[in-house]
Parts: sequence; structure tokens; C-alpha cells
Amino acid sequence: MPARTSWIPYALIAPSVVFLSALFLVPLVQTVWLSFSAGEGLSLENYQRMAGDLNFALAIKNTFLLTLVVVPLQVVLALGMATMVTKLDKGRDLVLWVLTIPLGISDLAAGLAWLALLQNTGYLNSALYALGLIQGPTGWLSQETPVALFFAIVLAELWRATAIVLVILIAGLQLIPKEFAEAAEIFGAKPWTRFTRITLPLLKPSLQSALILRTVLAFEVFAVVYALGGRNFPVLAGEAYVWQNDNQNYGVAAAYAVLIMAISLAATALYLRVMRTRPEQLP
Amino acid sequence: MTHPVSLRAIAAAAALFGGLTVAQAQETIFYSTQLRPIEEATKVREVLLKGIPGKTTYVVDEPPAFAVRMKAETQAGKRTASVVGALHGELQPHVPADLQPVDDVAAKLTDRGIPASLMDLGKLGTGQQQYIPWMQATYVMVANKQALQYLPAGADVNTLTYAQLQQWGKNIVDKTGQRRLGFPAGPTGLLPRFFQGYFYPSFTGGVVTTFKSPDAEAGWNALKDLWAVSNPNSTNYNFMQEPLLSGEVWIAWDHIARVKEALTLQPDQFVAFPAPAGPKGRGYMPVIAGLAIPKDAPNRAGAVAVIEHLTKPETQLATAAEVGFFPVVKAELPSDLAPGIKALAGAVAATQNAKDALVSLLPVGLGAKGGEFNKVYMDSFQRIVLRNEPVKDVLEAQAKVLDTLMKETGAPCWAPDKPSQGACPVQ
Repeated sequence: MPARTSWIPYALIAPSVVFLSALFLVPLVQTVWLSFSAGEGLSLENYQRMAGDLNFALAIKNTFLLTLVVVPLQVVLALGMATMVTKLDKGRDLVLWVLTIPLGISDLAAGLAWLALLQNTGYLNSALYALGLIQGPTGWLSQETPVALFFAIVLAELWRATAIVLVILIAGLQLIPKEFAEAAEIFGAKPWTRFTRITLPLLKPSLQSALILRTVLAFEVFAVVYALGGRNFPVLAGEAYVWQNDNQNYGVAAAYAVLIMAISLAATALYLRVMRTRPEQLP
Repeated sequence: MTHPVSLRAIAAAAALFGGLTVAQAQETIFYSTQLRPIEEATKVREVLLKGIPGKTTYVVDEPPAFAVRMKAETQAGKRTASVVGALHGELQPHVPADLQPVDDVAAKLTDRGIPASLMDLGKLGTGQQQYIPWMQATYVMVANKQALQYLPAGADVNTLTYAQLQQWGKNIVDKTGQRRLGFPAGPTGLLPRFFQGYFYPSFTGGVVTTFKSPDAEAGWNALKDLWAVSNPNSTNYNFMQEPLLSGEVWIAWDHIARVKEALTLQPDQFVAFPAPAGPKGRGYMPVIAGLAIPKDAPNRAGAVAVIEHLTKPETQLATAAEVGFFPVVKAELPSDLAPGIKALAGAVAATQNAKDALVSLLPVGLGAKGGEFNKVYMDSFQRIVLRNEPVKDVLEAQAKVLDTLMKETGAPCWAPDKPSQGACPVQ
């Protein structure tokens, strides 16, 4: 029997390995190769063109700014929501279901929904006008209002992608044994102390997964930005799209893709290192 | 016993396939990059292709896929499409490898009254007819009638200049406090065509050679003034019909297909007229679609029948009424044409017949670099107008990019630039 079991795990993971190599590793290698090939042989020409483009610095700045603002806000919001949801006795499933609705909506649809709210002739403008708070349609999403546009994108991203963090954190909270908190309560620990001394440290593995997932996705943000701001707010993934689709230059688009991957890998490595959890710290 | 049965099966199969081949020979596949949206393709199938003997199948494709398929079929030696419809610039790269000359068809169509200049375009720079002009479109300006009261004194919308357009926009700002002039500068808007077909020809008399000339500098400064009275949301607009219909924009420039809805839905509310003129004339870009027959077309007779049918005056009028592309043949537009379409047709005619009209053709010979060519103009716009960088420096820098691009592709100059030997130079 041992002889038989030894190959079963390999056989079981084989299909996914084949699948991943065919649809992930091969395109990955191809993209890296494409980004370094220009004319004849290997060169850095695509990367030079990428770095020399007028939107490059802006795209880097915008992407990082968006990630730095959106991800921490999402984690704080999701932590608050998750703690609340776990405290609920009745209607917990219903609340959770409502909070996670945005998960079922595509990025672009979410962006378009917020566009309908925020554009010149949108619902918000109409409501403010009806209340007599503004003189006429006010543009918030134009190239001349970069701050308002940035906050609109932050708002839409918060609405769209906080739910995924929430789901991960709720799963993590459920893994923490109740006994720890009960023991702390007996010793007189206040709710805030229990949260910071027990819940948060034990939630670290879940937080780590949530942070990695959200940060990587934040670096790839595209559809919401595209729907709300078009090219008024350049981000890295958007530039890759423009180079590939409009400029028909696959080499520079591949260079952008490789850059996004490098940034994502670096962020992941950083989280893995900073938020390292030793086995004995696991709940 | 199995032997005779299998022989019979083979015979039956052979008969079936033979029959299929015959059926296919009678069918004409019409492969097009134009009239792609489902509503338009349905009009082509159900209205415009009615009355052609035999079966015609209308197949549409995106321009890049069209180019790939044409080349692939030539390489494979197996042609499926008998007749193709595409824009002038989309057909250009397929000469001479993928298309066959159609001089005989052109000879048959002499009574249609297709203008000689259009027919000449169909030769694509060769000695033989490569395509037959099919239909045409261009870009026009559309204004809400509310805006007309603010026209500067003495200005006529049909002979507007860029200075008058700027003054018009400014008058509206002064009186209403709103910037109501709009341009399709969004991600999929056609603003690059404005620079290549309208702005550059009007101000400099060229597109590539005059890119960084003193005339161009003056033009960009005028454009900055124009932008100051344009709607700040212009960088979000892709099609101008929506902002026109919502009243957000009162005066707009766009392709006729992208303002058509505003005019057909509210013909009483809007007027259409030619784009403005600059110091060098009234630059305009005709968009010509042509019909061509690929090499080794499986059904040439069917292809000729399709071309003959589509260039009949009545079919051309039906094309205008159904899909808003205008006739290339001599055809009187009927009085019962929808008022919106009639307004557009009037603006197209006024543009073509303007005394100072300066034709600027769609870029040709750039191949896959067409996107980067557009980027040169859009980057200049972004840096000069949106980011307020010094005009001269930007033009110097972008001229280098443009020059490299022209040398890489080897594209010779097209009108209104003077013909060049080899790649079109940036002077």
C-alpha cells in the first residue's frame, strides 16, 4: 500500500501543474522574452521607451499613491466590519451577504456604476442641484480636477474590493479559539486590549494573505480607473493596455507587464518577511 | 460484405462534398471591415444586399484581423472571400500581393458618375484600378441651435475660421459661464484624426513635413486658446453624440457616424456644418471605403455582381439612409430622407465643395505603426495643451520621434504633404 500512495498526490496535482504551466508559465516566459526583444536580438529598447514616455512617471506615482491610500483603508474597514459581523447573533448571514455583493460585480461594471453616480449628468450632480447646493453640473472627473478624480477612484475601489479582505479576515477570525479571549476577560482585559493583544496577533496569517492579495491587485488596478478617468489618471496597467491596444506596440506593453510583476513580487516578498509568523504563534 | 458498403459510402461522401463545392461556388462571401456593429451588419444583410442574384454572405471583422486573414489566405493559397470592403488605408497594404486589378469592373461602371478624383484614389498609387469606391464619410461640426445666438458678428457657420470658433466658444463662456465647445479627446475618441486631417493641414498646409514649422507653433498656440473655452470633460469624450444630446456640449467636432444619433434623434435641435478653416485652408479628411476583389477569388462573377449592385444610385441612397455613409456616385438625395441624415449630407457636401477645401488623406504605409503615429500627435497635445509645456521644445522632441517612425516604416508623404522619394521627411 505505501508504494501506491506515494504517487497518488503527484497524480492529483499533475493536472493543475500542467494547467498552470500551459496558461501561466508559458505566457509569462513569452512576455518576459517579448519585453527584451526589439528589432534583432535582445535589447533594453522597450524599457527605454517605457521609461521615456511622458506618462511613465505619472503612472508610477499614481499607482503607488492609489495602493498606499486604498489598501490600508480597506484593511481597517474590513477589520471593523469583520469584528462587527462576528459579534452578530441574528442575521449574520444576511449582513455578510449584503457586504459581499460587490465581489460578484466585475471591475468595469463597478467603475461604470460609479461613473453613473459621479459624472456631470450623474445622480450625485442631479441630487446636489435639486437640493440647491450647486449652481449647475459640476465636473469632478476631468483632467482639470485631479484631486477630485483621485478621491472618486479611491471611493470606487473601496466599495469594490473591500469585501475580499473582509471574507479573508472573517475566515481568520473564526479560526481563533474563543478560550483565549475568555481567559483574557477573566483576567480583566478591556475589549481594546483583547483586540490588540489577542485578536490582531492571531489574525496575522490572514492579514498577511489579505494584504498580499489586495496589494498585488491594487498594483494591477485598471478597469475602475479607466471607466472613471479614461486617460486622465494614468496607471501602470492602463499604460500597458494603451501600448498594446492603441499604439500596437507589444514590446513596450510587455515591458510594462514585467514591471508590474516585479513590483508585485517585491511587495509580496516584503509582506512575507515583515509579517512572518512562527509556527508556535499560530492559533 | 463490408467492402461494397464502404465503397458506396465513399461515393456518397464524394457526391455530398462535390455538391457542397458547387454550392460554395455559387455563394459569394463579402468580407468587410466596415459596417461592423450588429445593427449596421443586419441592415447590410437585409436591405442593402437584397436583389443580388445568388447567395451573398456578409462577414465582418476588425481591421487588424482583416489584414491578417487576407495575408494568411494568400499564403495558404486558399481564398474564401470573393469581395472585400475596407477603408482606403486598410486596402493599401494588400497591393499587389492580395488584390487583383478591377479595371474591367471600373469600365462597366463609367455611367455611375463616380468622380475621377475618387476613382484615382482607388488605384492606390499603381497604374491599375485596385478598388472601386464604395461609400464615404468625413468629419463635421455639429452645434446645438441654442449656441447660434452667440456666433461672433459676421460669422457664418458654413465658412467658419478657427479664430471665429474660438470667439464663439468665448462668447458662450462670457454669457453662460459654461465651456460648451467639445472635442472627442477620450481614450477611444478620434482626436488624432482632428490633428492629422484638420488642425495641421489648416494651419500648416501639411501633416508630417510641417510638423515643427513656425506655422505649427502658431497653430498650437491658437489651439491652447481654443482649449481654454472647451469643456474640461473633453478628455473623457469618445463619441460626441452623448454630450451633445445631454446638452453638456453645444458645439462639437467628430466623425459623422459618431454624431449621427444626435441629429437623427433631435433633428430640430442641431445643425451640422463644415470644420473651420485656418490660414492655409479648410483641412478635411475624407474617409473612403472601397470594394476590392482578392487574388484567386472563388467567385469573381459574384463579386462583380455585388460591386455593381452596391454602386447603383438607389443602393447608395439606401446606404446613406440606413447606415449614414454617403454616396460616392452621382445621386440626388431624395426629399424624404430623414432630416438628421439630410443635415449631415448637407455638411459633407458643403465641406467638399468649399472653395478653400484642403484634402488630407488618412495616413498610409504606416502598417502596424499607425497607433504610434497617432501617439505623436496626442502626446504633443497632452504636453502642450494639457500640461502647458513650451510649444517649441515639445515640437522639437516629438518631431524626432515622428522622424524615426517615418524612417522605420519608410512611408512616403501623402496629401496634403508634397510627394516624397522614400520616407516622408520632417523638415
